[in-house]
Amino acid sequence: MKIFEKIGTRLILTVSFTVIVIISVFAYFNIKSHSDNLISEVERHANQLSETVKNTMQFDMLLNNREHIARVIKTVAKEEGIKYIRILNKKGEIIYSTDSTQLGLMLDKKAESCYACHSENEPLQKLSIIERTRIFKLHSDSSSTLGVINPIYNEQSCWSADCHAHTSEQTVLGVLDITVNLKEVERLTNNSKMDVALFAIISIIVIAIILRILVNILIQKPVRELLQATNYVAVGNLSHRINSSRKDEIGQLSDSFDNMIVKLSEARMQLFQSDKMASIGRLAAGVAHEINNPLTGVLTYSSFLLKRVKNNPEMKADLEVIVRETKRSREIVKGLLDFSRQSTPKKGSIEIAEVIDNTIAVISNQLKINHITLEKNYGKNIPQIMADFNQIQQVFLNLIINSIDAIGKTGGTISISTKEIFLSPYGTFQIRTATCQNGHSLMDEKHKIDGLPSIKLKAKYAKNEGFIHLNPIYGNHQHHYGIQFKEDEIIHLFCPQCGVTLVDENKTTPTCGAPIYYLTIPDNGKVEGCTKFNCNWQRWDVVDSAGDIKFVEIKLSDTGSGIEPKYLSKIFEPFYSTKGQKGTGLGLSVIWGIINNHKGKISVDSTLNEGTTFTIHLPVGYE
Amino acid sequence: MNKKYDILVIDDEEVIINAINMIAKFNEYTTASAKNPTEALNLLNESTFNLIITDIMMPKMDGFQFLEILKQKKIKTPMIMTTGYSTLENAVKALNYGAIAFIPKPFTFEELTSVFKRGIEYSKISNKLFSRRISEDLLSIIPCPPKYYRLGFDSWMNEEFEGTVKIGVTDLFLNSIGSLGSIDLMSVDENIYQGNTALKIVDSNEYIHQVLSPISGKIVSVNQKILENINLLAKDPYFEGWIYKIIPFSLISETNNLTTCSLDI
Repeated sequence: MKIFEKIGTRLILTVSFTVIVIISVFAYFNIKSHSDNLISEVERHANQLSETVKNTMQFDMLLNNREHIARVIKTVAKEEGIKYIRILNKKGEIIYSTDSTQLGLMLDKKAESCYACHSENEPLQKLSIIERTRIFKLHSDSSSTLGVINPIYNEQSCWSADCHAHTSEQTVLGVLDITVNLKEVERLTNNSKMDVALFAIISIIVIAIILRILVNILIQKPVRELLQATNYVAVGNLSHRINSSRKDEIGQLSDSFDNMIVKLSEARMQLFQSDKMASIGRLAAGVAHEINNPLTGVLTYSSFLLKRVKNNPEMKADLEVIVRETKRSREIVKGLLDFSRQSTPKKGSIEIAEVIDNTIAVISNQLKINHITLEKNYGKNIPQIMADFNQIQQVFLNLIINSIDAIGKTGGTISISTKEIFLSPYGTFQIRTATCQNGHSLMDEKHKIDGLPSIKLKAKYAKNEGFIHLNPIYGNHQHHYGIQFKEDEIIHLFCPQCGVTLVDENKTTPTCGAPIYYLTIPDNGKVEGCTKFNCNWQRWDVVDSAGDIKFVEIKLSDTGSGIEPKYLSKIFEPFYSTKGQKGTGLGLSVIWGIINNHKGKISVDSTLNEGTTFTIHLPVGYE
Repeated sequence: MNKKYDILVIDDEEVIINAINMIAKFNEYTTASAKNPTEALNLLNESTFNLIITDIMMPKMDGFQFLEILKQKKIKTPMIMTTGYSTLENAVKALNYGAIAFIPKPFTFEELTSVFKRGIEYSKISNKLFSRRISEDLLSIIPCPPKYYRLGFDSWMNEEFEGTVKIGVTDLFLNSIGSLGSIDLMSVDENIYQGNTALKIVDSNEYIHQVLSPISGKIVSVNQKILENINLLAKDPYFEGWIYKIIPFSLISETNNLTTCSLDI
């Protein structure tokens, strides 16, 4: 990437430009006011000086003590910054000056010293303080100069003096002109300009550094991580996760990226699994086809011979063995073909004991090799259930193989028991669909509680607003709260989609008297609950009135190594495997899926080094 | 030169052809054989056959495509299909395509002989039906009633009230067996599957004929009257002669695999 295409560079350039503009505007006004202040100070000082000089000289003028006057002017002009002091007479002739070369020169009305009064055609008689000063440059390249002219007015003492130099008609007798060099002011102003420029440069550099660090921490690092993660995923490493701990937008992006990879890997795994099943199916089909042809030869010839040797009992017996064993081979191949077609589920009414016995028959050899004793304890009169024989067989096959692996080579016991049980729907029945009164679905497939889609409600408490995810098992109260509230207060609940209230103020619970909330279950009445979440009251009339539900309970225990408690909650998750390279981590999740599809439940109980028990509940009345 | 044979055998494996030939010869049928459908089509141009037995899975052209060509050429020779890939789908497909029987490999001498006997008998019946001499022979095949569905010419099903389905055997199947000896039925609570054997009929010569089920389900009742008097089956195959009453597992999707009888008449 080119340097100008980077977000950091662009941000820094934009911010720097803005800083320059702001500082420039600020500096312009700041320096201007600073320099104005300085100049007005100089002006005030020059005026004061000019007034002082005039007053000092008054007596000398009356006495016409010209030498003294010249000395005073020279002494005063030694003060720093003063360029020259001169006095012009009425005609414009310089009669005194600190610069002796100017003595006797005639200034015309347009000269800087005369201009203030003589800019108009009629000379001014009076000049205010502000109008006395002016700033000018003698040459374009020299520093600025401040000139103060102080008119010397005619006074009574002037015309009444003995010399009679002035008549009483005259108003202005001459002008005291002090010129001050503004070099110092300019120097100070320039210094300020330098300071501001330095300040601007330093602030831009500091801002750039801070921005650089911020951009690096806030954008570049996470973006680089994301980029790296996408590259990993692109080359097929779907187990890579960003695991960002950030809560900002980029953190959300990372989380959503992680989530996408999980979904992607699940989809790929499913694809892989179905692909695997498909190729096993093709293989089985191919093998079946290839074996069946030679078997046809064996079976037809042997059965034909059997037909022809009716009178030879010895040979007949031998041939009968061939025919019987070939027919057995035929059944094995048929089983292989049936296996390859497992992808299309066929629900039938099945005897659970038969499924288990069938499964055991398949792996009886493995049980023998591992010195495992099998204890069967089937209950009497277990009702048949509607289920897919093959899928249920797969469940038992996987569970028994897991048990064999857990027991290992040392030997042990696997016991399987079945019985008919009745369970109250309270605490067992899953709410699979729920809507608000306007028919909007409240089910949240993304937010799962114990692996089941939860029910999402919008909640309001005081000024807080958020979501509550209800446990979908009727009677279970491990809800997930996305809002803070006091437990014994009433929460207002709404449909997240249309905002319609789910609370019925007119109905109250029999236990604590708080208003109830209700969820509409399509074709199955309503589920009612308490709006105080410390109250565990829930009611589902339709289901309660149907009474207890009949289940077949199958318990499968082994004396194997057991599962560590911290892994127990994870074992039904896809891709979780304790078998390392040996397992795909799909077995138990597939089992969970099959049992869930049959509206049943599977749970696990395990003690380390003592054994594991899986309990499966399959409903009897399920169609 | 137009030769006449009983059976045309088509299979890509020599040993199968030999085995089938041997069984046919033992039953005194004349045979000709082909190693692929193209060869078989040439033979069909030169000669006439009463029956064809063909493998389904063959290179270049499979049994179904071969059957399709025969239909286009209006060759009505009855066909038996066999395959080593003996899935329920193949069985159902074969019967739906118009094969009169499906026999999975490997088969025994007796199994093939039963199917040959029924095939030759079927061939005779259809020859009579198509030769417009029906009135003279007094031969009549009762067609399957409208609104019924059938699996080839093996079995039929009819949906009843309360979601149960009755299934039975078609008249053509019974006629091709000839004289009925005994019947071997499954019992209540057992499951039957579409394309799997649902019942066996033993004829007077002790040959066993397997009838494939038109639909999957759990048997809720068996017609006891048939067990008492097997001739009821031939007398009224579509009403009094029903076999099982079942609760179907997936009626709608499996009905799509069947032929409606409404078009038969």
